[in-house]
Amino acid sequence: MGILSSSIARKVAMALSAFFLMFFLLIHVSVNLVSVFSEDAFNTASHFMGTNPLIQYAMQPILLFGVIFHFVLGFVLELKNRNARVVKYYKNNGAANSTWMSRNMIFSGLVILAFIVLHFIDFWFPEVNYKYIAHLPEDPSRYYGELVHKFENPIRVGAYVVAFIFLALHLLHGFQSAFQSMGCNNKYTKYVKSFGKWYALLIPALFIFIALFHYFSH
Amino acid sequence: MNLTLKIWRQKSPEDKGKMVEYKVTDISEHMSFLEMLDVLNEQLVEANEEPVAFDHDCREGICGMCSLYINGEAHGPDRGITTCQLHMRMFNDGDTIYIEPWRAKAFPVIKDLIVDRTALDRIQQAGGFISVNTSGNTQDADAILISKHAADEAMDAATCIGCGACVATCKNSSAMLFVGAKISQYALLPQGQIEASDRVLNMVRQMDLEGFGNCTNTGACEIECPKGISLVNIARMNREFLKASLKG
Amino acid sequence: MSVLNSKVPEGPIKDKWTNYKDKVNLVNPANKRNLDIIVIGTGLAGGSASATLAEQGYNVKAFCYQDSPRRAHSIAAQGGINASKNYQGDGDSDYRLFYDTVKGGDYRSREANVYRLAEVSGNIIDQCVSQGVPFARDYGGKLDNRSFGGVLVSRTFYAKGQTGQQLLLGAYSAMNRQIARGKIQMFNRHEMLDIVIIDGKARGIIARNLITGELERHSAHAVVIASGGYGNVYYLSTNAMGSNATAAWKAHKRGAFFANPCFTQIHPTCIPRSGDYQSKLTLMSESLRNDGRIWVPKKLEDAKALQQGKLKPTQIPEENRDYYLERRYPAFGNLVPRDVASRAAKERCDAGYGVNATGEAVYLDFASAIQRYGKEQANIHGIDNPSKEKITELGEKVIEEKYGNLFQMYEKIVDENPYKTPMMIYPATHYTMGGLWVDYNLMTTVPGLYCIGEANFSDHGANRLGASALMQGLADGYFVLPNTIGDYLSNEIRTGKIPTDTPEFDAVEKDVKERINFFINNKGTKSVDYFHKKLGKVMWDKVGMSRNEKGLTEAMEEIKAIREEFWKDVKVTGAENELNPELEKAGRVADFLELGELFAKDALDRNESCGGHYREESVVKEGEQKGEALRDDKNYAYVAAWEYTGNPREAKLHKEPLKFEFIELKQRSYK
Repeated sequence: MGILSSSIARKVAMALSAFFLMFFLLIHVSVNLVSVFSEDAFNTASHFMGTNPLIQYAMQPILLFGVIFHFVLGFVLELKNRNARVVKYYKNNGAANSTWMSRNMIFSGLVILAFIVLHFIDFWFPEVNYKYIAHLPEDPSRYYGELVHKFENPIRVGAYVVAFIFLALHLLHGFQSAFQSMGCNNKYTKYVKSFGKWYALLIPALFIFIALFHYFSH
Repeated sequence: MNLTLKIWRQKSPEDKGKMVEYKVTDISEHMSFLEMLDVLNEQLVEANEEPVAFDHDCREGICGMCSLYINGEAHGPDRGITTCQLHMRMFNDGDTIYIEPWRAKAFPVIKDLIVDRTALDRIQQAGGFISVNTSGNTQDADAILISKHAADEAMDAATCIGCGACVATCKNSSAMLFVGAKISQYALLPQGQIEASDRVLNMVRQMDLEGFGNCTNTGACEIECPKGISLVNIARMNREFLKASLKG
Repeated sequence: MSVLNSKVPEGPIKDKWTNYKDKVNLVNPANKRNLDIIVIGTGLAGGSASATLAEQGYNVKAFCYQDSPRRAHSIAAQGGINASKNYQGDGDSDYRLFYDTVKGGDYRSREANVYRLAEVSGNIIDQCVSQGVPFARDYGGKLDNRSFGGVLVSRTFYAKGQTGQQLLLGAYSAMNRQIARGKIQMFNRHEMLDIVIIDGKARGIIARNLITGELERHSAHAVVIASGGYGNVYYLSTNAMGSNATAAWKAHKRGAFFANPCFTQIHPTCIPRSGDYQSKLTLMSESLRNDGRIWVPKKLEDAKALQQGKLKPTQIPEENRDYYLERRYPAFGNLVPRDVASRAAKERCDAGYGVNATGEAVYLDFASAIQRYGKEQANIHGIDNPSKEKITELGEKVIEEKYGNLFQMYEKIVDENPYKTPMMIYPATHYTMGGLWVDYNLMTTVPGLYCIGEANFSDHGANRLGASALMQGLADGYFVLPNTIGDYLSNEIRTGKIPTDTPEFDAVEKDVKERINFFINNKGTKSVDYFHKKLGKVMWDKVGMSRNEKGLTEAMEEIKAIREEFWKDVKVTGAENELNPELEKAGRVADFLELGELFAKDALDRNESCGGHYREESVVKEGEQKGEALRDDKNYAYVAAWEYTGNPREAKLHKEPLKFEFIELKQRSYK
């Protein structure tokens, strides 16, 4: 895999893509949060994101690549790591020395992947279809309605809530882990860790709040 | 106390191996874990059975020869000790104790509870040294000033006993705590700077070749390490590796 | 004229080593490539020798029974390494280190060897620092020193309480560099089982691959034995479980003289035995005696109550405690040398004053040190009228900083908090000063067979000072042997590769094979450990800290009887062609059963008390020193080198007289 042939290089690549995705989550939640306060503001923000060429033709592909990269590399690492222990222990007390989150990143990751598929079906494919396949005329006020419409189904809302709980679990380990992988472990680490905890709980909580807000308020 | 032991028995590297149950009685709580196994072995010899093979040597927690995955944990349930320092007072009468060898593709089982850890030696041979001749024609020891802080930190990294508990414990069988500790020791000392880039690149390459897994920062190694080697050393290795890679 | 030629160079003591090096024969670099050297053992001596010889260009084959050379028992040394650097400016010098070592050894070592040791000691520190050994530093960035028992200067370099580990890892790293270059061929999990002599010269070994059980022949132009001491002859010791005397003993049986086997160091501060299952004794660093006070109860009934667990040590009032070292040796108190402290503890316990269930333990109490440090700290922090609790708290903190790791280790093993209740300690076998006899070149009486480190009889005389074992191991390996071995090998450059398909190899391999087959097929009724424990008990009771003619004579008979029983009734499970720890142990114990007898014979022969060897017949009869050890320079100022003649009890004694030209002989006094 060229530059990714070394274990540490792969680790660093995971961390870098994670940083990028965590930054994206922050933007995403911020824009979504606007929908709670103002329909117009949300439409304006969404319209900007949906039509700005820099975002559409530069950031969107990068994001797409980042997501796929993080997942693919995550699976490759998991497979390699499993392969490093052929015979398993009869009795293994993992809870004695590590958190559930840190040992199960692949499961929380898989749940998140399933969610992303759902999310793409819900929003991204219709959006791509709207703009680039069907070439429908742009209506700057359509976004809020589409959002609200999606959160009418309680099953979908429930799936979203579960997925975000797993996102929180993923981030609880992932945030500080990314720093460690980049070689940052020093006197500031305790602040990074506590900030990471807040981030990991707050961002998914906001997403959940937004979903529930729209479900109950319409 | 009386105990039930479930021990991994494997005749040879090729043998498939299985867990076998044994009973031991009248175990004193003051015994060390390995002395308890001595009692079992004495019992087996008495019965003309082959005793359980396990690695051990100094029995004071410094040589790094003893291993054993006891009740799902490397070096057993206590902290900051090796198996030879584990005492039976950590267990209760009637307990069932699972005893398994270190498990990792890079640590193949030789017999019963004995595994081959020479992979760790080969990583050291790839660069875990300072290329200075032993002729004695070096400069005076005090000609190199080293801050107390750096010397103490290097010492903390250097206390690694190479037992392999980090690998055994890690869900990925990663050896990064071991390698990180050695790289850190030299990275912290001025003597180690000259070969720093080559060292980290070569040692990491060898580590990968040996078939160890990749670190996912679960931190289990740090908890189970009998010498309390810190994760800081893995971070430092990552940094050193990045620095060396970017330099090209 | 004795058959022993020590080959000490002429001239003033300061110039001997320099002159020697100037004139010694050398092997040119191109020829070194054609010469093979076998090194047995990878501790400080073997590891450093392998690395240096390989670096010089020789082809080295190194052997260890552990799974990695890094695990040799040198790793367990705690305290430090001496060197006459005089960094502290406290008047240290090569001569002073030389003097202290000879005096500490009770004048039973060879002057020229010890001076050379002192001379190269400083260089060891230079070498180790450039290898990246993280010695302790002061705030100015310079190397720190601590002081050790029996000397008046601070010359001990240390790396926390793990100096041996760090030095060994340094030597191991130097080895790794040569292994990577292909100059050292490393044989882990291999045990040397015999030595092959061809035309009177050491030419190779038979080694057993401990994984497959295969016997291997290895040839070389010289063989170096660096396999450590024989303390495990006592069964219980601070040595590693696998530490054994097989390599040295086999060399002895093939012609190398064994010197001063009775010189053994019993270390006073070890954790006592807790039961019959005990497999090993753990050392607590000697440094503890700087702050701990050693005592037993004054009243026999208190001791009985302690032994039965009816009384706690803290319940015994001050006036009922017998601080016997302070009482007997007011000048040195708790800091008397190791041999004196050990004997005093045994004397009290033999009299019934032992403080644990086995009656073999004395207290090492830190309560008064805690109070003393606590008050000092209270003053420093400006606390007026501190409460007793506050003083204790502050004092415990100081003790923790100094000895925290040792206290933790003690608590893990004994399950008692040594801050609150006194530690229990008892002497244990720790180091053997005796070993294969070597000349100034470190060559044994067999040409081409060298012996270095603890395995040789060497530099410590009848008693080794603290922090000197590491110094000697590295001195031999890094600096002495690489300079002396060329003298012999310069005559071997035309020999060419030594074949292993010769009758001599056949014969030795046959011997080894027969012995292994015997063990496997004997089908006796008693385990190897049974015999080892039995031997250990005889050794400890009759050839231990205090020896007399009757006991030693009995010991020789008893050991012989155990040996005969062993060869009749030993049971070894498993097969020869597999990893078989029982078989490994059987071979080692068989050798200990012979060595033990020679040990007792040597102790019987030496009717004087010197260093670690204490003969009850040789004590001061009256005056202030009454009851103390009495050395007999008139009759025993020699090295006893024993030649094997087919039976340990019939070994032939050769004496190397010890001449003291540069130091005046004096009787030690610690009153």
